[in-house]
Amino acid sequence: MSSNRNLEPSSLSLNDLPWQIKYNNNRCTLCGQCTAVCPVKAIELKVFQKRTIKASIKKDAVPSNQYDSFYAIQQRTDVENACIGCAMCTMACPNDAIAPVKNPGLDRMKFHINQQGVPRRRGGRRNASGSILDRIKFTRISMLTDPALDAGRHEFEMRTLLGRVLSPRENMKRLREKGWIPPVRQIYPLIIGGMSFGALSPNMWEGLQMGVAYLNEEMGMPVRMCTGEGGCPPRLLRSRFLKYVILQVASGYFGWDEIIHAIPHMKEDPCAIEIKYGQGAKPGDGGLLMWHKVNKLIAAIRGVPQGVSLPSPPTHQTQYSIEESVAKMILSMSMAWGFRVPVYPKISASSTSLAVLNNLTRNDYASGLAIDGEDGGTGAAYSVSMDHMGHPIASCIRDNYLNLTKIGKQNEIPIFAGGGIGKNGNIAANAASLIMLGASGVQIGKYLMQAAAGCVGTEEDRCNVCNLGICPKGITSQDPRLYRRLDPENVAQRIVDLFVSFDTELKKIVAPLGRSTSLPIGMSDALGIDDHAIAKRLNINYVV
Amino acid sequence: MCRLFALTSKDPVSPMLAIKALDVMKEGHDGSGMGLLLQDLGGPFEEMKEAPILSGIFSEEGIRRLDLFMMDKGFLTKYKISLKIPKKPVEGIPRRGLYLIRAYELPEDWDNLDQEEIGNRLSDIRFKIREMGEEKKDMIVFSFWPDTIMIKEIGDPLLLGDYLGLDRKELNARIIMAQGRQNTNYAINLYACHPFFIKGYCTMTNGENTAFIPIRDFLTSRQIPAYSGYQSDSEVFAHILHYSMEELGMGIDAYKHVITPLQEEDLKQHPDAQFLSHLKRTCRPLIIDGPNCVIGTLPDHSLFMAQDRKKLRPGVVGGKPGIYGFSSEICGLDAVIPDRDQSQDIQPMHLDTVIVSPDRLEVKICRQTETLNLPL
Repeated sequence: MSSNRNLEPSSLSLNDLPWQIKYNNNRCTLCGQCTAVCPVKAIELKVFQKRTIKASIKKDAVPSNQYDSFYAIQQRTDVENACIGCAMCTMACPNDAIAPVKNPGLDRMKFHINQQGVPRRRGGRRNASGSILDRIKFTRISMLTDPALDAGRHEFEMRTLLGRVLSPRENMKRLREKGWIPPVRQIYPLIIGGMSFGALSPNMWEGLQMGVAYLNEEMGMPVRMCTGEGGCPPRLLRSRFLKYVILQVASGYFGWDEIIHAIPHMKEDPCAIEIKYGQGAKPGDGGLLMWHKVNKLIAAIRGVPQGVSLPSPPTHQTQYSIEESVAKMILSMSMAWGFRVPVYPKISASSTSLAVLNNLTRNDYASGLAIDGEDGGTGAAYSVSMDHMGHPIASCIRDNYLNLTKIGKQNEIPIFAGGGIGKNGNIAANAASLIMLGASGVQIGKYLMQAAAGCVGTEEDRCNVCNLGICPKGITSQDPRLYRRLDPENVAQRIVDLFVSFDTELKKIVAPLGRSTSLPIGMSDALGIDDHAIAKRLNINYVV
Repeated sequence: MCRLFALTSKDPVSPMLAIKALDVMKEGHDGSGMGLLLQDLGGPFEEMKEAPILSGIFSEEGIRRLDLFMMDKGFLTKYKISLKIPKKPVEGIPRRGLYLIRAYELPEDWDNLDQEEIGNRLSDIRFKIREMGEEKKDMIVFSFWPDTIMIKEIGDPLLLGDYLGLDRKELNARIIMAQGRQNTNYAINLYACHPFFIKGYCTMTNGENTAFIPIRDFLTSRQIPAYSGYQSDSEVFAHILHYSMEELGMGIDAYKHVITPLQEEDLKQHPDAQFLSHLKRTCRPLIIDGPNCVIGTLPDHSLFMAQDRKKLRPGVVGGKPGIYGFSSEICGLDAVIPDRDQSQDIQPMHLDTVIVSPDRLEVKICRQTETLNLPL
């Protein structure tokens, strides 16, 4: 701009942007790879003019100007083209000439990212990098009477139960009277949480399914994957692999017409049905698939028109209250599969979670409760929901577990924890902490995208454009030009790597605690933290 | 690690016999305490099998409060043994009041009660006395049950035997359980001392139960008042035994399926696979995660031993018709029953529960892979 021009309120300088491109013109070959790969067109090839003044020290010499032009990369400063820090330019550059750098000052973009009155929407997680889970230590190491076990050689039974487990007396009575005993699945305690076909690209979904099938059939690990709210590809519904899948139904009921019609043709029952009432990333808000991603395939699977945004309502509109909704939907879903499939709700962590749990304890058909904490990820949500709404997972799980122990139902309704597990890469330690706080298992989503597909999103607000269908890694895009970057075979391989290494790390945690024959659910005496208030709140040891 | 010795004998024997075994296994315990259980009693108690016997330690004030409490409930003393302790203190043994073993007549208004109700009431009274004693620190009660005596004290077992005069002729029994304590994780508290007794079931354990907290949480939430205490992580073994036999109606052959269920592959091969998978699932919080060796008695005076797969130093069972010993180590058995056929000694493997029934004629091995007596 010229110095005498009016400024728009949202005219920003490079210094106002969250990410700044550092560019080395000397190394650049002007190949154009970076501008081609940038998902937000934050950089462009520009012609620059350079003026060189030639002035001589000789007395009579007349100074002259020399004008040169050169080509270089320039970063755009308009809001919609602000760099997101994904660093695909760096990845594409053959000469290491370009890289985004986080603005060390306070970026001013936040104040302007609501053009046309639309607040910011994005994907990813709450932009906060700290985690209580990372601070929890395992302090009860077997050193004396019970020697620590050898994680590499001992036999471990690290499995969990998904389903309503009756009390020993009631179960015995029903065995005796040949009564109905709720279905229970024995599964691996690390579960792939709901990420829909639609939110994820076809290649990502295929890779996940292949990885899960391999883990089950070749590695003997009963890993389960939830579909999220987006239906399920028809061939999968009619295949034997359905038993590894948890079908999710949420308030938009997307894809359920197809699922219901497929029931008579199913070769296997699904592992379970998850009824989504809430999500940690945007508690009290419904699912959202923005129009960019609703292409022909997604529209067909979900049973909707193409090219329209698909916001699910915050609640299940066909029911009057959550209690009624939970009771009726659980029963309806159980009935649909002849009471052979566990059905459980998923809610966002909240100070009202206990009320839901208490409802479930009185409903024999409720198979568990999944609770998603504030650090959970999402494909699309309003930024304000992600950053400011929600409840931390650790205290919510603990409160709910302790409530179950008070009423003696801690083994009867498994609680599954989600939201921020492995947020800083410590997945096994985070999962083990939650299990010892009382979770029967944990659900992961974002971690999986990061580890298995190279998602570059961070809690420093890097990338996080999952909602726009422009995922530079092809993980959350429906554009074949982007998702062909992701090879499903490679995703499957990484899924296997992730679960196998997680399993080793989990053993490395439980073995020194002397545990091997059952998952140490509620073994809170093993946990310590260096903060008195947190220790007291979680009812674990305070250690300094 | 603690050392355990239990014996079951056709003829009543002195508890000193078991204490002798503890003494020879001394390198395995530090002499920081001893717990004793005597059941199927001989001597004067032979004639009063129905009378509940209160065992504990009382100060003078405690005795007065006990008497008032028991009289108020309608109990009359039928017979008592007061263990007189020497005036001269013995190093390592604390000075306490009176070690009381007192048999009572049941109150007249209990005449029409069934055995279960009597059992519940006796258990409630024991906890009430314990509660009163903890309040004023003047009473410690170990058991209140027919045909059962318990003694627990801090100190070296052999010194304690002499100190308390346990070789007296009135004190003998057909079942004796003794534990020499290795004080490790917990402050010395007599309520943390094995054996642990609940309504005719008694266990003692060596090892450590790493799954203690979830098991304790499960038991305390069963709404059964007697499932309390838990000063030691081993107390849960007695309560799980009681739970599986009384609450779930299973036999001793199923106890091990509760505390150490079969692994999935073995479970699938079992003739009662369906029942056992339900049991494993519903009793999941009762799975111990040892290493532990459990020795216990049942109300019918059977004696058993079981251990988990992590127990690297398994206990041993041996003897001859008429007398069998259950010991942490073979040297304990050698000290008490030297003239047995050692080739018949059994170290139960991780799938075994070894049982000697009250006829004391043979050692029976019950394997976890065998068919069960189903309570269906």
